[in-house]
Amino acid sequence: MTKVSMTVNGEAAEGEAEGRTLLVEFLREELGLTGTHVGCDTSQCGACVVHVDGRAVKACTMFALEAEGAEVRTIEGMANADGSLNVVQQAFQDHHGLQCGFCTPGMVMSAAALLDETPRPSEAEIRDYLEGNICRCTGYHNIVKAVLAASGQDAERIAAE
Amino acid sequence: MYAFDFEKPTSLNEAVTALQTEEAMPLGGGQTLIPSLKQRLAAPSKLVSLRGVDEIRGICRDDAGRICIGGGTTHAEVAAGVPEYPALAALAANIGDPAVRNRGTIGGSLANNDPSACYPAAALASGATIVTNTREIAADDYFEGMFMTALEEGEIITEVRFPVPEKAHYEKFEQPASRFALVGVFVAKFADGVRVAVTGASEEGVFRWSEAEAALASDFTPEAVQGLSVPAEGMIGDLHGSPEYRAHLVGVMTRRAVAAAG
Repeated sequence: MTKVSMTVNGEAAEGEAEGRTLLVEFLREELGLTGTHVGCDTSQCGACVVHVDGRAVKACTMFALEAEGAEVRTIEGMANADGSLNVVQQAFQDHHGLQCGFCTPGMVMSAAALLDETPRPSEAEIRDYLEGNICRCTGYHNIVKAVLAASGQDAERIAAE
Repeated sequence: MYAFDFEKPTSLNEAVTALQTEEAMPLGGGQTLIPSLKQRLAAPSKLVSLRGVDEIRGICRDDAGRICIGGGTTHAEVAAGVPEYPALAALAANIGDPAVRNRGTIGGSLANNDPSACYPAAALASGATIVTNTREIAADDYFEGMFMTALEEGEIITEVRFPVPEKAHYEKFEQPASRFALVGVFVAKFADGVRVAVTGASEEGVFRWSEAEAALASDFTPEAVQGLSVPAEGMIGDLHGSPEYRAHLVGVMTRRAVAAAG
């Protein structure tokens, strides 16, 4: 076991990891941050997406020791300072961008990364960016609406298909 | 995953030394290697992460006008960093998904040489040079078959140098579940000829379609390759497509790539 330290949601975090310990295992089991989900564990589904040094990554396909010294942000760090939902989370609730909710942490983290890069994305850009996040409930339509709304755009303009 | 030691050197020299251990493997972005480790398809004694080796990251230009991309440069960085070579930028921007592109590296992709990966087609069609810690290898001499390359044990790709073609385009028929190319064709037109590289199709991995290159050299139009085809023999056959289907796609993707390259 090796000692590893990083900043998680703005706070110093430290723990022990083997070489093979995945970042998602470290977050969930060592730090108790179980908001980051493991869906497929094969880097297909995106339920485990977190931000490492400001970029979206799949925490099931990165080792904890690779995050030594990094700034990590998880779904637990997304709410506003007063505990209320942030703009992306609130938009998911308002537009029913989730049903079972299993994929939602990864969806929110990917959506937030998209809006960092592209503050007013088109519907096509949203669908393209969320390609690596799989949802088996919603059919994606309301997720796309939520991201449009979170970016301050008219979510109703995309027609239901 | 079997257990292994983990090292994260901060210089190329340290990385080379760390890789001298028996059964040690370099770790680029890990987007293929980590899934392989989970499936126990690889069992290294030690992984040497190249992520901390800053000297093999980044993009620059050399005196010959070539784009020089550090082996540890991510797909996302290439997508945003080579505006003078739009076909290469577009290829990088369409590998996997955004999270994969934030980790996966060009050096890792070329070292792995997956028969369906995109970068091998770009390197071969561009006539790129693969630079390692010990030597320079022309793309024509580098790819040696499915998952096989000219790299020796412990050799690290430090840089890939791309000449910039007059016209180029990469046309990818995407396998939607894996996001790899079912068939991908990269065409590149230079002043002294045309190069056509095909990925995803052959059991031998990426290859140059010399018949199409000859036809396109005198007439760079989709019509010039209309009557050409590759034999189905030696093409990959799996649940996604038969050898005949892939052979057919090679022609279609080539024509589309030429049309899009203009």
